[in-house]
Amino acid sequence: MAQQFTLNELVSGVVNRLKSAGMGYYLMVFISGLLVLAATGAGLHAMITGHENFYNVTREMPWGILIAAYVFFVVTSTGLCLVSSIGHVFGIQDFMPIAKRSVFLSIATILSGFFVIAFEIKLPWRMAIYNVISPNLTSNIWWMGTLYGIYLMFMFMEYVFLNMNKHNPAVVCGFSGSVAGILAHSNLGAVFGLLMGREFWHGPYMPIYFIASAMMTGCAVIIMFHILGYKVNKEKMGPDMERSLEVTTKVGILLICVILFFTTWKMISGIAGEPGGKYEPVMALISGKYAFSFWVFEILAAMVAPLILFMLSRGKNMKLMLLASISMIIGIFVMRFNLVMVGQSVPVYLELGVNEYKHLMDYVPSLYEMIITAGGFGMTALLFLLGEKIFDGHKVEADHH
Amino acid sequence: MDNKMDLDKRQNEGIENIPMQQRRDFLKMGLAITGIFAGGSLLSVASTFNRAHASDFAKKYPYKPHYSMVMRQDRCIDCERCMEACVKTNHVPNVHGAYRTTILEKDTPDAIGGKREFIPVLCNQCNLPQCVRVCPTKATYKDKTTGIVMMKISNCIGCLTCQEGCPYNARYFNEEKKAVDKCNFCFDTRLVHGEKLTACAFACPAEVRIFGDLSNQEDQVFKLVHQIEKQVWVLRPEAGTRPNVFYTKG
Repeated sequence: MAQQFTLNELVSGVVNRLKSAGMGYYLMVFISGLLVLAATGAGLHAMITGHENFYNVTREMPWGILIAAYVFFVVTSTGLCLVSSIGHVFGIQDFMPIAKRSVFLSIATILSGFFVIAFEIKLPWRMAIYNVISPNLTSNIWWMGTLYGIYLMFMFMEYVFLNMNKHNPAVVCGFSGSVAGILAHSNLGAVFGLLMGREFWHGPYMPIYFIASAMMTGCAVIIMFHILGYKVNKEKMGPDMERSLEVTTKVGILLICVILFFTTWKMISGIAGEPGGKYEPVMALISGKYAFSFWVFEILAAMVAPLILFMLSRGKNMKLMLLASISMIIGIFVMRFNLVMVGQSVPVYLELGVNEYKHLMDYVPSLYEMIITAGGFGMTALLFLLGEKIFDGHKVEADHH
Repeated sequence: MDNKMDLDKRQNEGIENIPMQQRRDFLKMGLAITGIFAGGSLLSVASTFNRAHASDFAKKYPYKPHYSMVMRQDRCIDCERCMEACVKTNHVPNVHGAYRTTILEKDTPDAIGGKREFIPVLCNQCNLPQCVRVCPTKATYKDKTTGIVMMKISNCIGCLTCQEGCPYNARYFNEEKKAVDKCNFCFDTRLVHGEKLTACAFACPAEVRIFGDLSNQEDQVFKLVHQIEKQVWVLRPEAGTRPNVFYTKG
């Protein structure tokens, strides 16, 4: 049975834990809070005075780094949900200890995603109204938004039930959240994949790739935040948690291999036969203007280096695992940026051969866009740090006994 | 070897012995093949023409009037009067990237004779519009009477997915209207007031832009689209959106 506390005891516990934190913790909370504030200021300023003055998006490339950041955050959230569900939803004992922190972080990351997208969409308040009263059921964006709303609700309920040690409703919510997450996330893939005029994205690849890539990201984020969580709380990991991170590392290795396989065939299919509208962007990734970010970030940092580090760590060397997961997360962010930008960089009239659209187009994020993106990361960091103290390191002992 | 000898020995069995059904099938195949070659240029470019039978007419042109535009491309001299008229009529803001119609330039340095072409572009008012499918809030929709792809400004959330989906780069976000803006064949600014032409078609001194009703067999648009003397094509047929803006020469 879970121990019962009064409200006063709970509050004083949180206050004591916050007081006991070191200077490093306070500094990180301050910096991440500042990032969120700066992003809110920049976003509201752009929203009120007109996005076109502050964002570098154009008519031809209407989606900028904020969309890439949104995709990154929701990919992360879905990944956290799916990987952690292996344990507490599907009953694989080894994954149990990571459940609480992962579910909490899946809520933190999706809120960060919503935070960023709210400043990318020109009129977000209309979305709240017309998504409900004027839904378009053929629109993947509609499904994605609606399903992510449902997903957030289930994840929130699941976290509450996990904290109340009510296992059965937590499993029901976890399973429902996973289903909603998979549907929402594959719809996000379909937002890109079902655009007929965009050859780089078009096809069933994107929804499938998004799910596999979410799980890969989930492994990286689980490993990173669990190791950091124990550092924040200045506690030593127990054998159950060590075992949990070891198996997460193994799943991570598998998922990296899956995404490497996917990426290889995506590239080959873009070169073989030089398909119009696809060949140019694929070559831009392989040897053109996106080559550096593709090879260094997308391939090396996101996949090859972590794959080697994970294997060397054997799932036990936490330093190597932390390094691998940080490298992965940086690489995966660039991966999302490339995915959104390279697809758009192909002018719709490229094949027509007109003077205006002879080459791939460029996009460089503006200062405001970068501040808001940093604010998204700030929000995840802030919620993670506060969560560690408020929820006492997301302890899961009750799940075991 | 045996097979070859067998064939050599065989006698011509004569066409009189071929069953009627087989003859019909063969004839059909022949007609289909010649049909494909004869109409190939048309079929390959104009997706609205595939399966062009009289009985399909209502299905092909389901709107009344089925507004459409034909560009007689080689007549365009890039005077940009169409663009000016559009901006004035439809209050298009004077900012970079804001336009409902524009003229693209194509240089072919190795060509014999003229080396530069001008290609006017605008919203193609597609029969299968991507923008309408992807819009989460039905802010853009296909008008049931005219087939024009319209905007309901109050519903637009500014996600710009329609801009991503449009294979013709026909949309932009209008900061003044606080919604995505696009060509609607001057429906609200001219057609509802009884005008017969769009502002661009009216302003064009070279009669490049022929505007009319594709569901009316007497209309010039119908006649231009349905002749076979000159090639008629659409832009980006591979996007599969069944556009209602056609291109020809002459």
